[in-house]
Amino acid sequence: MSAKNAWDCLQIIRNKNRPTVENYIPLLFDEFYELHGDRHFGDDKALKGGIASFEGKPVTVLAQVKGRNLNENKNTNFAMPHPEGYRKAMRLALQAEKFRRPVICFIDTPGAFCGIDAEKRGQGEAIAQSLYLFSQLKTPVISVILGEGGSGGALALAVCDRLAMLENAVYSVISPRGAASILWKDAAKEKDAAEVLKITAPDCKSFGIIEEIIAEPIGGAHNSPSDTAENIKAYISNSLRDVTKLDTDELLAARYKKFRKIGIYSE
Amino acid sequence: MALENLFGLVKERWKPTTSEATEKENTEAVKGTAAESEAPVVPVAPSFKCPRCMQTTPSDTFEKNLWVCPSCNFHSRISAIDRLRIFVDKGTFIEFDKTMTSLNPIEFPGYDEKTEALRKKTGLSDAILTGTASIHNIPFVLGVMDSNFLMASMGSVVGEKITRAFEYAGENGLPMILFSASGGARMQEGIISLMQMAKTSAAAARYSEAGGLFISILTDPTTGGVEASFASLGDIIIAEPKVLIGFAGRRVIEGTIKQHLPEDFQSAEFQLEHGFVDMIVERKTMRKTLRHILRLHGFGGVKNVG
Repeated sequence: MSAKNAWDCLQIIRNKNRPTVENYIPLLFDEFYELHGDRHFGDDKALKGGIASFEGKPVTVLAQVKGRNLNENKNTNFAMPHPEGYRKAMRLALQAEKFRRPVICFIDTPGAFCGIDAEKRGQGEAIAQSLYLFSQLKTPVISVILGEGGSGGALALAVCDRLAMLENAVYSVISPRGAASILWKDAAKEKDAAEVLKITAPDCKSFGIIEEIIAEPIGGAHNSPSDTAENIKAYISNSLRDVTKLDTDELLAARYKKFRKIGIYSE
Repeated sequence: MALENLFGLVKERWKPTTSEATEKENTEAVKGTAAESEAPVVPVAPSFKCPRCMQTTPSDTFEKNLWVCPSCNFHSRISAIDRLRIFVDKGTFIEFDKTMTSLNPIEFPGYDEKTEALRKKTGLSDAILTGTASIHNIPFVLGVMDSNFLMASMGSVVGEKITRAFEYAGENGLPMILFSASGGARMQEGIISLMQMAKTSAAAARYSEAGGLFISILTDPTTGGVEASFASLGDIIIAEPKVLIGFAGRRVIEGTIKQHLPEDFQSAEFQLEHGFVDMIVERKTMRKTLRHILRLHGFGGVKNVG
């Protein structure tokens, strides 16, 4: 199968039947219990957290939740978390560390929410603290980008030991639309910007940003959520087997190195 | 007295920028940076119009006032070289990674030409200077971002230099002082630039866990991926008065909410009120403040209690 361009991927992940983490959780985990709130401000429905059993072992699950229709999207703010969402994620990550269970993150967001309240409550600080905390977290972290990996809002759940993207997912520093309006003062040139930014899974793998690409059924994940879930399950299972071999020091050293080596410059 | 000295320093810079006398007084490192491309030519505008209060100030008054608006106290943008001249002991700055320059990882159209032109225009290799310096003989590791270079956006070079600076500070038991100014991640380096947020934050985290003191100073503007990474991770976070600090761009938010935002939205004062900076410090007292904070942490002659 030939590599798809970024625009094709965007059409597939924008398909209204594209499965969300709500579809995958029952297919991947047993006994999922959602845990709510950041203990300071509120409960952000854009970022869901909980504990569950994965292949018989306890894990913590953190996930950005896209809606499958307008009502669901209103409820989850189109998967754009506020600071309290990231603070809930940090609370649950520390809890995972305490009880020595791995953290599994599902990323699917256009980005952290941009709004007055988000600024008042420190959106930037919340993301910065997430990057700090996950870089130091003394338990394995496995992340998957399900659809949209939008900028810092996605990165906050992607400081991990293993990162994979679904075949049609994208991961980008800025939305193609945003880039088009900065570059050409024309948001309609989104399609051109999408190609320029190199946001597809094969692009990210070639840059060493992700470890794996998870195959989707022909035409996209919506054609068989259960087959896609099987592939995600195999990736999580293999990744956990690999990283749990490491002791904590080795794990943290490898995680530091994974990000430390990214950068292209001359000197 | 100290203030007069500062004015003297600044005046000196504005006299004969290219003369031998001025160049000789600069440190080797600063000289290297500034002189490499025949000294940055700063166009002398007849006056400064403050973007905050719209008042006009004659440029010589403005310069004497350390590029601070005398009407409203807005601390305007200044070059990294000027910052060094104002804040660190003369002749103490030794630059790291002087020759590190960006490549074009995603083959972004026009990026090579743009950075090449900026290197020539600003005399900088990229948007940050890092190195060691001292204030009142107290040594530390320093990073100073310069908004003249692609709005000091963070790409591979900025990310790598900051990471190395944290690592050097950690290995040598030195405090870390970083003057941030940035539009955010550097779009022209695509996903590689996003990863610099994780890389620099992980370096800041390691340094902090090892007991290092990190003073983060937010200047105009500190936004986007820089505000959402190392700049927000200081043990002590200081802002210059009236500067812009925030995550999302003002226009992005206005576009979402379809209404005009208040003038002071995302100002240093707004961030102080909401609990995201420790203090607002004026340019003319920054040196003294930094000296005191360093001393309170056991650097420069005062021992930690216990």
